[in-house]
Amino acid sequence: MAYSYTEFPYCKPLELTGGSSDAPIAIIGAGPVGLALAIDLAQRGVKSVVLDDNNIVSVGSRAICWAKRTLEIFARLGIGEKMLEKGVTWKIGRLFHGSKEVYAFDLLPEEGHQYPAFLNLQQYYVEEYLVQRCHDFPDLIDLRFLNTVTSHHDLGDRVELTVETPDGTYRLDVTYVVACDGANSPTRERMELAFEGQTFEEQFLIADIEMEDSPFGHKDVPERWFWFDPPFHQGRSALLHMQPDSIYRIDLQLDADADGKAEAAEDKVLPRIKAIVGEKPFKLDWVSVYRFGCIRLEKFVHGRVIFAGDSAHVVSPFGARGGNGGVQDVDNLGWKLAAIVQGEAGPGLLHSYEDERGHGADENIKNSSRATSFMTPKTPVEALFRREALRLAYDHTFARKMLNSGRLSMPCSLDKLPLQTPADEGVGLAPGSPMLDAPIVGAHGDDVWLIGSMPQGFTLLGFGDVSLPDIDGVQSMLVARPDAAVLDRYGHDVVYLIRPDQHVAARFGANPSPAAIEAARARALGHAPDLQVAAA
Amino acid sequence: MSALLETKDQLSPDTDDVYTALMVAHEGLSEAESHALNARLVLLLANEVGNSTRLKTLFEEARAVRERRKGEAQGEAEEETDE
Repeated sequence: MAYSYTEFPYCKPLELTGGSSDAPIAIIGAGPVGLALAIDLAQRGVKSVVLDDNNIVSVGSRAICWAKRTLEIFARLGIGEKMLEKGVTWKIGRLFHGSKEVYAFDLLPEEGHQYPAFLNLQQYYVEEYLVQRCHDFPDLIDLRFLNTVTSHHDLGDRVELTVETPDGTYRLDVTYVVACDGANSPTRERMELAFEGQTFEEQFLIADIEMEDSPFGHKDVPERWFWFDPPFHQGRSALLHMQPDSIYRIDLQLDADADGKAEAAEDKVLPRIKAIVGEKPFKLDWVSVYRFGCIRLEKFVHGRVIFAGDSAHVVSPFGARGGNGGVQDVDNLGWKLAAIVQGEAGPGLLHSYEDERGHGADENIKNSSRATSFMTPKTPVEALFRREALRLAYDHTFARKMLNSGRLSMPCSLDKLPLQTPADEGVGLAPGSPMLDAPIVGAHGDDVWLIGSMPQGFTLLGFGDVSLPDIDGVQSMLVARPDAAVLDRYGHDVVYLIRPDQHVAARFGANPSPAAIEAARARALGHAPDLQVAAA
Repeated sequence: MSALLETKDQLSPDTDDVYTALMVAHEGLSEAESHALNARLVLLLANEVGNSTRLKTLFEEARAVRERRKGEAQGEAEEETDE
């Protein structure tokens, strides 16, 4: 069944009925990134106003592939289980060259994690779940649909926004603005910021089709098929993905000089799809033709205006690094922004957002550029090497790994970046790593997941026979009898200071001194003297 | 030349044997098929070397020889004018 879109209600904003919002944060854009940020802030007790020029969820499936780390973040924000319930976890991947299958792989997930390596779920569902979750915080999240920001002025100590609504224009004063307004960010354009990088000539067609019979042949095993040079689309590449509701995603590479508008027309699209799925009946749900680049803003923080998600960086879709990258921005930014408006950290902490997520954006850009280059050979010799790698891949595992149809988004490590306290040699997770999930025995003797049991703020997390001193502003959690999976991932008799975004800030031995923990927390909040210099 | 590059002769005393075997591997192939074989060979050898730093040094050296011996690469020059 195709998704049925419903309009979100527009309400006359407070400012046009004689009041005024006291929220310190304005979020421009109610996509997955903006909504996730509003929830993250609300969970930390910070009010925000979310302004969107539209009143409907994403039209078309758009971001469909959610990586494990993103699912863990969504779980922290309260919609993880809902996504897991609805989404499709694909198990078998097949790679074709021409009409021949080069190899297939079974994505056996590693045991002992609540969330799979990735999950397919249309962006409109994610946005719907996020909007529903926002309604759990009526006093903290002010969702304003059909509210278009037309200008903003950074006054140094605050930002003044001008917002247009069906009932007229109003002014909104906030401490920070976060622009989550997408790849064509009007905020970025108003500020005339350079948005530069590598752009690709080729165009791609994406289509969502609804069909009862699975194009994979057997409905119960979700698969992902990728073709280099398929018989139905010679010399190009094609991708077939499964989504919930009997919806399938088809990606087709088009020529650089293809007429995008003509290609998106039904009479052009239908024969292309028939060539893939055969005569099985299907309905066209959504079509889009696009060209992409791997581009970022040099700086994500401009005074009191902060960019997150596609407004800050865009990548080609291969590897699913757009939506995932954006949600990981939120994970990094939410607690920092909350700490700043709540007076626990200075504005300098925002530099670390730029540092850490700039590093993430660079990694995403590198990976998706490489995948795109592999898919679109530029010279005869590039095409030759790719063809020969494909021929080797039938029999050689190393060559299979060269076939780049997208490198799936992996969490990036923040190791060696300045908020983390370097650790002594030893086993366990390095400072800067995101936490790894594991099954543990909960406080009531029940089986629970480690990541799902983590408190919101800074947490001292101990495994085995350790002491966890009481520190102001730090919660603590003890896994007294870790099983083999936990020991493998974290080590024995070890204590970690975990940041509010579930990354390791510091790793200690079994008996850390309160002073060492306090210093690590201060560093993670940007208070270390060397960070003060860097910020100045 | 980079210190990482193996400059010591490692093929002796089988040099002729190896060279001949390489020629035999190409026997009867069209030029396009030979190029394809060479590409496969590069990939197989890369996996055999299995060290990205050493491989990058080798790629750079192969490229650098082209610059250093420009005047002597008659064959290559002819190929380029063919295109």
